[in-house]
Amino acid sequence: MKIHEYQAKELFKAYNVPVPDGNVAFSLDEAKKAATDLGGFPVVVKAQIHAGGRGKGGGVKLAASMEEVDTWAGEILGMTLVTHQTGPEGRLVKKLLIEAGQKIKKELYLSLLVDRGTASIVIMASRDGGMDIEKVAANTPERIIKVHVDPLMGIQGYQLRQVGFSLELPSSAMKPFSALVSNLYRFFIANDCSMVEINPLILTSDDKVLALDAKVDFDSNALYRHKDLMALRDLDEENALEVEASKYNLNYINLDGNVGNIVNGAGLAMATMDIIKNAGATPANFMDVGGGANSEQVENAFRIILADDKVKAVLINIFGGILRCDNFARGVVAAAKKTGINIPVVVRMEGTNVDKGKQILEDAKLNLTTAHDLFDAAQKIAASVN
Amino acid sequence: MSIFVNKDTKVLVQGITGNEGSFHTRGCLEYGTNIVAGVTPGKGGQKMNDVPVFNTVKQAVEKTGATASLIFVPPPFGADAIMEAADAGVELIVAITEGIPILDMVKVKHFLATKNCRLIGPNCPGIITPDECKIGIMPGKIHKKGNIGVISRSGTLTYEVVDQLTKLGMGQSTCIGIGGDPVNGTNFIDVLDAFEKDDETHGIVMVGEIGGSAEEEAAIYIKENLTKPVVGFIAGLTAPAGRRMGHAGAIISGSSGTGAAKITAFKDNGIYVCENLGLIGQVCKDVF
Repeated sequence: MKIHEYQAKELFKAYNVPVPDGNVAFSLDEAKKAATDLGGFPVVVKAQIHAGGRGKGGGVKLAASMEEVDTWAGEILGMTLVTHQTGPEGRLVKKLLIEAGQKIKKELYLSLLVDRGTASIVIMASRDGGMDIEKVAANTPERIIKVHVDPLMGIQGYQLRQVGFSLELPSSAMKPFSALVSNLYRFFIANDCSMVEINPLILTSDDKVLALDAKVDFDSNALYRHKDLMALRDLDEENALEVEASKYNLNYINLDGNVGNIVNGAGLAMATMDIIKNAGATPANFMDVGGGANSEQVENAFRIILADDKVKAVLINIFGGILRCDNFARGVVAAAKKTGINIPVVVRMEGTNVDKGKQILEDAKLNLTTAHDLFDAAQKIAASVN
Repeated sequence: MSIFVNKDTKVLVQGITGNEGSFHTRGCLEYGTNIVAGVTPGKGGQKMNDVPVFNTVKQAVEKTGATASLIFVPPPFGADAIMEAADAGVELIVAITEGIPILDMVKVKHFLATKNCRLIGPNCPGIITPDECKIGIMPGKIHKKGNIGVISRSGTLTYEVVDQLTKLGMGQSTCIGIGGDPVNGTNFIDVLDAFEKDDETHGIVMVGEIGGSAEEEAAIYIKENLTKPVVGFIAGLTAPAGRRMGHAGAIISGSSGTGAAKITAFKDNGIYVCENLGLIGQVCKDVF
């Protein structure tokens, strides 16, 4: 689960990770009040959306006076911000972070994440902050340092020194920097983060270290033990159909194509998307109803797929293991009766109770096409939209 | 022969009295798996389908000599259950549980490094040696005894592959789902190595998906160490970056974990690549 920069910075403060003074604003008046409260200029006006690249997209501006705060805040609030991470449709900006401007001497990069291979927490740092870290990694990998922390031991002093000295910090900044990294690690573990990224982490002209940006992603599987964090979820940042799907524990992701699909199991769902593409059509979504879906979940899955205007045909691909085909078929029939089916639907079912499932669909006399295997299903669905 | 499990493997089930635990225990018993004990804290002394239930794994192991464990406990208790089994001396731990927090698994991995045991999963369908032993939730009847080893990060996708193999007359030596989580126990390389050493396995199907770099590492290992033919498949070639495709581990982060990079790694290292799931049985037929 992602959160906003202003929320991440509030959390940082509680863990003594230094951030610039600032306040969130939901309106123009609040933005001006926030700037007044900071007691000086310049201030930075930052759009708050769950996507990177905000500066390049015009969502971050420096204001040297209250007039400029008024101008920039007015412009950014309510704009549809398009960045390389939002997709072409962009994201509506509903809140701003108004922050005190800083005198920057050096921009650094710092992140913590879980490393799959070594099953440890890796601290990544670079002198090349403020840039796309993927590019730094590709072009100058020697300028990125990685330190692996044993989760049972926790972070050690020598590891902090390794990171700090590699960044060539002035000696007066070493202590505050070590404290920052150590506190950030504590924050990471205590809140079940999957990723924390500060880009840039700055060294100010008076040699202070500050998190100028803050990106935090929490492990969704661990949110059950962090009820306080769940309150930070911003549904405005999520696709409405995806929010609806999550209510029924359906793994659903909205995509650009026009072939809706319903599949049981994440791997098979991905492979089904691929096979749609292979056959010359494009998937409108990823939908995994899970290994043990009940007919109510299937009904909701079908309803959500059909609620997407882009969808011109639906491919149902079920390999019944735990999920029995007859239960699945009952869900499809229930959904079809409630919402009606006006577009081509191709069904391919295999596995547990497949004969019963096929019988249920047949008896319901729905306008469905059946496929005898996956290859056949893909051909039929592609033919129906092309 | 087969790998990791056979008809003599004595299995205990952690979480045997729960909904899923009891349902799948019955499935395993029907398949012929030698399930000797169950564990549910507080329900020791009861029976589930004639299987004795114990309060702790330690008691179950002492009384029955179980060497493998099948875990169905809910995610908040998953890590604890794995560590309990490892501490009791269980040699093979199969964790079906989906949704164990990643930091829990990180700790489990380091804990297991000090124990003599193998973990399969979590978030996996389990392991099956056809006609001998099923420790997991896969539909047993789609499998057929034979000489193809199957290894996969997925559940139903594996069933699809196995079903196509069986329908074309190619049986399996052992099929293993290693799970869809970013941090898991047994990896591709462990299983590939075991299949290479197993006389009954003549060819291997490896089913990967986007996210991480396990497939790339396995590809290099295959080129350097394997003599048996390997057919590879990757799910998620059309998946967008930055979105978690159901499995916690199936996510493209930046430029790492893309399907294209995995396919290239397969091709560069002598693996037969199938790019269309509908044809994987046929590709295997041609190769094996």
